[in-house]
Amino acid sequence: MSATAPETDRRTDDAPGEKASAFVSLSRVMFVAFLRDRAALFFTLALPLMFLVLFGFLFKGATSPHVKVAQVGQVAVLDSVRGDERAGLDQVLTITQVPDEATALQKVRKGDFDALVEQGPNGQVVVRYSAADQVRAGGVQAVLQSVIQSANQQATGQPPKYTLAASQVEDQSLKPIQYLTPGLLGWAVATGAIFSASLSLVSWRKKRLLRRLRLAPVSVGSIVGSRVLVTCVVALMQTAIFLLVATTPVFGLKLTGNWWLVVPLVLCATLAFMSIGLVTGAIAKTEEAANGINQVIILPMSFLSGAFFPLDNSPQWLQQFSHVFPLRYLVLAAQSVLTRGGGLLDCLPAMGGLLAFAAVLTALAWRLFRWEDA
Amino acid sequence: MTTAITADGIRKRYGDVQAVDGVSLTVESGEFFGLLGPNGAGKTTTLEILEGIREPDEGRVELLGLRPWPRNPKLLPRIGVQFQASAFFDRLTARETIRTFASFYGIGHRRADHWLDRVGLSESASVATDKMSGGQAQRLSIACALVHDPELVFLDEPTTGLDPQARRNLWDLLRDINAEGRTVLLTTHYLDEAEVLCDRVAVMDHGKVLRTGAPAALVRELDDTVRVSVESGLITAERARELFASAGAEVSAVEDNGVLLSVATRLPAPVLSVLAEQNALRGLEVRGATLEDVFLHLTGREYRA
Repeated sequence: MSATAPETDRRTDDAPGEKASAFVSLSRVMFVAFLRDRAALFFTLALPLMFLVLFGFLFKGATSPHVKVAQVGQVAVLDSVRGDERAGLDQVLTITQVPDEATALQKVRKGDFDALVEQGPNGQVVVRYSAADQVRAGGVQAVLQSVIQSANQQATGQPPKYTLAASQVEDQSLKPIQYLTPGLLGWAVATGAIFSASLSLVSWRKKRLLRRLRLAPVSVGSIVGSRVLVTCVVALMQTAIFLLVATTPVFGLKLTGNWWLVVPLVLCATLAFMSIGLVTGAIAKTEEAANGINQVIILPMSFLSGAFFPLDNSPQWLQQFSHVFPLRYLVLAAQSVLTRGGGLLDCLPAMGGLLAFAAVLTALAWRLFRWEDA
Repeated sequence: MTTAITADGIRKRYGDVQAVDGVSLTVESGEFFGLLGPNGAGKTTTLEILEGIREPDEGRVELLGLRPWPRNPKLLPRIGVQFQASAFFDRLTARETIRTFASFYGIGHRRADHWLDRVGLSESASVATDKMSGGQAQRLSIACALVHDPELVFLDEPTTGLDPQARRNLWDLLRDINAEGRTVLLTTHYLDEAEVLCDRVAVMDHGKVLRTGAPAALVRELDDTVRVSVESGLITAERARELFASAGAEVSAVEDNGVLLSVATRLPAPVLSVLAEQNALRGLEVRGATLEDVFLHLTGREYRA
């Protein structure tokens, strides 16, 4: 650092390009360590991707609530549906003929069918369902109700007075891949950034590497800066891999116009997550303790921030509570820019919030920071 | 001769423990200085204060005329520090490790590799640091402390945990480093190591420096006491004392620890003749005083490493 005369002399006997500043060489050291650490590679790159593939396939068929119905004997209303209406009915309902009521009931109880339908007296249609899956039970009733309504209406011989013209609005309802990609990406970035900041702080302190650095003319800025750089590069690697996989035809994610805004968004979020890691790394004395504290933060944060499933159906208080987590802002803003056509204005507030969060926690970490074990 | 280290009345307390209790030291430029004492004597804390890692509660320290606390970036390139634990980066080889440390001082690969060679690690340059033996790790850690050619080197128990051969090899290296004009401050709890390597030593216990001087001078101050020892059980300590008294042999102590009967004296000849008359010479050993005796004399208790 200080350019005294003998220092300058000793620098001359090396070829140019062989020497690196502390910042560059620390960055290289951390990146090399990351690439050589199989566990880190697995947890930051492979595992989130496995989740994406797994959940992507699991939820793929779950978009339209298709229900299976066992029909016992003849049911006039159902049997009379023909033509286009029949095709429409088949999209939501699979009707299977079952010879007797006892067998059909048994199968409904076991969950092989969602409901059984049979002809009652006086034009009644009897539906029996299991309450185990309330959504499907409701679905069966709604579908059959509408079939009967339209049959009744047709029986009057009049054209219907009111009709429903239904058409889909572009992507207002999220397909699984559309919330899984930003959600799992957010979770992956959070895990990577929190753990890398926290564990390198704890292990460098424990191994006395921090002391060694302190006794070398290396600035704190180089140490922190190189860690930030490497963690940001890793987060962008995660983002690139996620988007590549999710946009393959198998998963079929369609990126919207301003999707590249996810890059500054992920960078802001990485700073916010690293600041969490700096705090836990300053508190924890051992790697094991840091691991535990980080998990206790990451798991609830991921669930409550909508990383694994959308929060829309969760209770109001929970949605309010989720506002404290930086991951929520990343997930929602990433959803917006990646899949809902959101622009700069949609993610600027999130970026601002994430940076503010990072500033507050970094200030806290600064206060808690120790070079040495007490 | 200029002064490399000056410490004046440094004190440091941790809770109820007064770890360092008024230590004053002066180490001249080019000296090989040893800080001796058993575990818990306050060596490590003293060293950390000298290096500028900890702030003393009281007293002042100067290294090469500069204050080490608070962290002084002007001083750092001029000192080299090696710790007991090997502080290496994760998942790097020996060569990558030393090149990384070299880069902190603006030093290129060639000089870094040269140091690997000097500590005899060029063969193991591609070995990951966590796969190295204790001796190799220790040598790499010393190379990392020396890579920027510091004027003043701190070594904290560098030979702890090494086998005798590795220890001797390391002693040769340390002597060379000192012979090149570097001031070396070494802490050790091996008194033999200090006798072999150090120009001067400071003996510490309970956070205080009990005595400072050249090892040979400290031993001489013990009035040239010689220890004569024979196998235990040939003669009782009590009987020996009576015989020594009647033969006019001056002894300062007679002890039987169950293995050896040892006699401390300034004049070994009459002691030996008494023992010969009693035919009690089996396992005879006669040795001059060592730093261990100095320690026993200074603290009144056995040296416990």
